[in-house]
Amino acid sequence: MNVANPHLKFASQAVAKPYFVFALILFLGQVLFGLIMGLQYVIGDFLFPAIPFNVARMVHTNLLIVWLLFGFMGAAYYLVPEEADRELHSPRLAILLFWVFAAAGVLTILGYLLVPYAGLARLTHNELLPTMGREFLEQPTITKLGIVVVCLGFLYNIGMTLLKGRKTTVSMVMMTGLIGLAVFFLFSFYNPGNLARDKFYWWWVVHLWVEGVWELIMGSMLAFVLIKITGVDREVVEKWLYVIIAMALITGIIGTGHHFFWIGAPEVWLWVGSIFSALEPLPFLAMVMFAFSMVKNRRRQHPNRAATLWAKGTTVTAFFGAGVWGFLHTLAPVNYYTHGTQLTAAHGHLAFYGAYAMIVMTLISYAMPRLRGLGEAADERSQTLEVWGFWLMTLSMVMITLLLTAAGVVQVLLQRWAEDGSALPFMSTTDQLRGLFWARLVSGVGFLAGLLCYLLSFRQRGRAALRAPARVVPS
Amino acid sequence: MSTSLEPMPRQLPGDLAMWLFILAELSVFAILILAFAVTRQLKPQLFATSRALLDSSTGLAMTLSLLSAGLLAALAQVQVRKHRSRRAAVLLLAALLVASVYVALKLGEYRHLLGAGLGIEHNTFFTLYWILTGFHFLHVLLGMLILAWLAQMAWRRSLGPGTCSGFESGVLYWHMVDLVWVLLFPLVYLLG
Repeated sequence: MNVANPHLKFASQAVAKPYFVFALILFLGQVLFGLIMGLQYVIGDFLFPAIPFNVARMVHTNLLIVWLLFGFMGAAYYLVPEEADRELHSPRLAILLFWVFAAAGVLTILGYLLVPYAGLARLTHNELLPTMGREFLEQPTITKLGIVVVCLGFLYNIGMTLLKGRKTTVSMVMMTGLIGLAVFFLFSFYNPGNLARDKFYWWWVVHLWVEGVWELIMGSMLAFVLIKITGVDREVVEKWLYVIIAMALITGIIGTGHHFFWIGAPEVWLWVGSIFSALEPLPFLAMVMFAFSMVKNRRRQHPNRAATLWAKGTTVTAFFGAGVWGFLHTLAPVNYYTHGTQLTAAHGHLAFYGAYAMIVMTLISYAMPRLRGLGEAADERSQTLEVWGFWLMTLSMVMITLLLTAAGVVQVLLQRWAEDGSALPFMSTTDQLRGLFWARLVSGVGFLAGLLCYLLSFRQRGRAALRAPARVVPS
Repeated sequence: MSTSLEPMPRQLPGDLAMWLFILAELSVFAILILAFAVTRQLKPQLFATSRALLDSSTGLAMTLSLLSAGLLAALAQVQVRKHRSRRAAVLLLAALLVASVYVALKLGEYRHLLGAGLGIEHNTFFTLYWILTGFHFLHVLLGMLILAWLAQMAWRRSLGPGTCSGFESGVLYWHMVDLVWVLLFPLVYLLG
């Protein structure tokens, strides 16, 4: 590494930058495919047969997962050296793994788009170890193996850095979350023939990621940024972090029960799932209290107001999206009617955006000005643009969520609640929701506008960098 | 729920984080208890006949075991405040011994019920019985681990009023476990 960047505590933190940049490129791709699907909801044969709905959906969700993984990895490469108070074990390995992961990701997405899915399965010899065909885990087995290799190399790199360096609560929680992420992914390699059993293993990846270990990653990223921008004592932050992770794990792990409704599992899960899920908003509420009290008791006025806004925003949006909108349909008697309706989509959108997309953008917002050699914060104009991006994206996502919630309620009434004989079939119900889906599409365009604002804020910062070349030595 | 037998300073005993954690734990138990109580209202007949299959005298013995352990833990706390760490450790060991009576009785009851075919899937009463008491049982085990850890800490180090925040937090946790059982016992074993 020949980066002489005075704004980085350790030169090796610079490896985070390509991870963040690529994450944002994939994010843009995800939003574009979201818009394609939004249009397909109202104009059914849009882009058919080139990009059928199921393919667009697969690309949309897979891009989400992959860009968040890039974001988490970038965050780890940025914060672990700083917390461990030493250079990253091997910056070269981090860059190598970046290219491996990026190439695997791009090839997989191209595979989805250019080859019919069954053909992709044949091409990648899925029959040797069949893991394809499950929602969100559609990746060919070879890609999954690649993800495991990348994760192992990544954990080795981060782990060695931590072992040799200072061990803080923030970095240990991050490490625990990342190890959990890798371990639970292994369930995606077991694909039992029995559909009910298959669902268990599938949820152990999907649920234990987003409602378990990812919350640890989110908590530690939030704690890191809050320590940096508020200057509040580490001890206070760590105490909060302990409470948050304890609540997240207790409610999240047992809360897996809410996925065992109506899949052939014993009735006891209706009780366990309903009761423990009711507490799942708690860790998110704790995060809101944490962020706001830290900012309120701050010891310094950080010049990066955009990062502060993201840090507060992610907790509030996650509380509503993951906490409240999740609880809306985890009680078994409610879920009996709402299972797999547009309400699930509403929850999924606000939760993923609020908890995970926003926490990654919080860290990017804090770290990027430093990574780019601009200092603690970008110039005023860029920050204003970034704040515009924040509000446009967040409000658009809130609109998408509200519209999908309305669509879900109407769907339940027409398709599930109505007496036998008068209940509408799925496609006729969807026809009735046309107006709501058009409005959702408009909100989606608003989201894209917000994302473009956000991305443009980086361009302006670049120009500012050029105006002050003395502060930057390009790598 | 007080840990002291002497006038307390106006300061909150233990760590604020532990209070928050206890609050979260109590919320879980509150929802569980609420679920049990509401279902009992909906199915009074089923609950009455199922409850008759439980032995309430065992329940009483378990209650006494937990409460005495709580008393011993509180006495240990008093000793710590008087700089008598070793005595506190001995009292905690006694608390652990008394608490193991609960564990033995509970395991005996579980074995008896399973032997009689009254497992978690038997009926709604037993589903809730197992969830509620099983979840509490796990908390007792965790509480005992905490007490054991406190005992060894008190034995090794000399704790005093200024250095016992961690000790107080651990004892607080045990009192929470006690408190929940005091609510569970009449609800599950007695009220008909």
